[in-house]
Amino acid sequence: MKTLKELEEIRQRTLEEVNLRKDRKGTRVVVGMATCGISAGARPVLLAFVEEVKKRNLQHVTVTQTGCIGVCRLEPIVEVYMPGQEKVTYVNMTPEKVQRVVAEHLVNGQIVKEFTIGAVEKKD
Amino acid sequence: MELYRSHVLVCGGTGCHSSGSADIIRRFNSELKEHGIEKEVKVVQTGCFGLCEVGPVVIVYPEGAFYSRIKVDDVPEIVAEHLVKGRIVKHLLYHDSIDEDEDIKSLDEIPFYQKQKRVALRNCGVINPENIDEYIAFDGYKALAKVLTEMTPEEVIETLKASGLRGRGGAGFPTGLKWEFTYKANGDKKYVACNADEGDPGAFMDRSILEGDPHSVIEAMTIAGYTVGADQGYIYVRAEYPIAVKRLTIAIAQAREYGLLGKNILGTDFSFDLELRLGAGAFVCGEETALMASVEGYRGEPRPRPPFPATKGLFGKPTLLNNVETYANIPQIILNGPEWLQSIGTEKSKGTKVFALGGKINNTGLVEVPMGTTLREIIYDVGGGIPGGKKFKAAQTGGPSGGCIPAEHLDTPIDYDSLTAIGSMMGSGGLVVMDEDNCMVDIARFFLEFTVDESCGKCPPCRIGTKRMLELLNKIAEGKGEEGDIEKLIELGEGIKMASLCGLGQSAPNPVLSTIRYFRDEYEEHIRDKKCRAGVCQALLQYFILEDKCRSCGLCAKACPANAISGQRKQPYVINQETCVKCGACMEKCPFDAIVKR
Repeated sequence: MKTLKELEEIRQRTLEEVNLRKDRKGTRVVVGMATCGISAGARPVLLAFVEEVKKRNLQHVTVTQTGCIGVCRLEPIVEVYMPGQEKVTYVNMTPEKVQRVVAEHLVNGQIVKEFTIGAVEKKD
Repeated sequence: MELYRSHVLVCGGTGCHSSGSADIIRRFNSELKEHGIEKEVKVVQTGCFGLCEVGPVVIVYPEGAFYSRIKVDDVPEIVAEHLVKGRIVKHLLYHDSIDEDEDIKSLDEIPFYQKQKRVALRNCGVINPENIDEYIAFDGYKALAKVLTEMTPEEVIETLKASGLRGRGGAGFPTGLKWEFTYKANGDKKYVACNADEGDPGAFMDRSILEGDPHSVIEAMTIAGYTVGADQGYIYVRAEYPIAVKRLTIAIAQAREYGLLGKNILGTDFSFDLELRLGAGAFVCGEETALMASVEGYRGEPRPRPPFPATKGLFGKPTLLNNVETYANIPQIILNGPEWLQSIGTEKSKGTKVFALGGKINNTGLVEVPMGTTLREIIYDVGGGIPGGKKFKAAQTGGPSGGCIPAEHLDTPIDYDSLTAIGSMMGSGGLVVMDEDNCMVDIARFFLEFTVDESCGKCPPCRIGTKRMLELLNKIAEGKGEEGDIEKLIELGEGIKMASLCGLGQSAPNPVLSTIRYFRDEYEEHIRDKKCRAGVCQALLQYFILEDKCRSCGLCAKACPANAISGQRKQPYVINQETCVKCGACMEKCPFDAIVKR
């Protein structure tokens, strides 16, 4: 038999899972998942975002995927859309880099400049 | 728990189920495996999304892509393109779900959903009805917990009374009052029952709620049990609703497992359990006294009231009987407070109403709108208008108990009282739209045929009276109508309404009386001019060949089984009206559309 507390636990736990189905208007993280992106390792990046966002319970963030973003040589590419701000494009992403992007950008609003397309292109 | 990046929601309501949604789910699962992403994407079977017209419907989250009319063969493309590569398959999207820039609109921006407010249907198409955890995630059983731990029965009754909720089964009796009567009734044992014997032709609101969100009804009935002091409940559901029965059975088992049904619910002193009773499909069993007789195992026949079920119901004990949709509203009212329901709807009708849209309408399906929405908004905005640019003639609400609403009342705000005032009724929520090709005499005949079939035969006004009315209607439709027939129909109808034992007979003449009220000229045409302007009543039709269009090919003459068509080369052919059997075979064969009926 369930107690009130257990009922609340089930609610919280399942909510994390079904939250995906609610229409949200917050931050969108879009991972390029065309052939080029996938072969460059976009899938682990996508999964890392999903995991990290869930771990930190960032309910306003949606992680989604898109087709080819265009600069195939810089894949995996991730775009972050925050309401009222310009789009930020991260390139050459890895699961390790995802952790920093989530912590610094999604949580604290500080763009990780060194990973952005602007910084990487300048270096080249 | 597994973590998924994407959810694929596949409608598992009866409509989409019968067009193959179970195969679609299987194909999704096998395709996902093929691509090795079965651990990233979850496939969920849900209840009805409402847009049955474009089913089977599949929605993919987090994008919210709304795919319509999906076939099994479309699944590989959706998986390979959308789920693997993230490219939405635009040509499979529902046409109204994307804007001019081909961006996906959120669900509430799609015209079909824009004017809707989903209260009773809030979880339909959102959760997996066979998973109690998902119901709990969307605040399920929270209302029950609140009632059991924080509220007295009197407070529950006051909340319902203050909310203004009225019964959704058709008659619109105030729900709070009904609960109070049962609560105050004396009895060592009391029962709670749910009327899920949905029988109106074209109505499927209750079925969809039971299929899409069975726990909402179970939770509300448990709340009702606590409030009126009952420890046993019955859900009377039609055996013709196999999916609803299956999901209810699963839901009851899950609720028992979680201790939300059974002894000492949530650790309190309160115990309550539920059982299903399957009805064999007699329409009269939707009437409350007949329903209770059937639950007890007797022949489903009504008895006179009073005593009302609140004082003498199931097994002679006080019984609370509500309809499925009424129950589905209750957890939300407990959680959001009576003011919340008060804020939706019209002065005397609060909240929302679910309608099953059918007939001559583009978006056949299930809609839920706030009370006070006009018929025009439901038909043209939500329903997408009438196919083929035809002209609206009438809408039938309330099924065989209700009446027709003509075009001049299209702007009537829909609530219990305004519908009664124009000679129809809210009914359980069937809404059949008719256009210029529908004959009103024929419509009245259809509904009366239904009630003649379904009359239980216990009381003579209903058993004999409706039969006599049907005979008069048949006479009119066959072109043998006489002056005075309309008056006879009205007199008989009024008499049956007054003298019948139960709601079935008391409302059976309504379709005839309301069509006479608004379309008397059509009846008169049938009787005086022997004409059916809609071209429906076969006996009143004649087939003609238009001279200027006929090319004398002779195909019609060959097709005629009665040799009633004659002609010769370079001369228009002619139909002999004496021998014509009005089968319409010639009309189908004519390549030049030269044959008309009128």
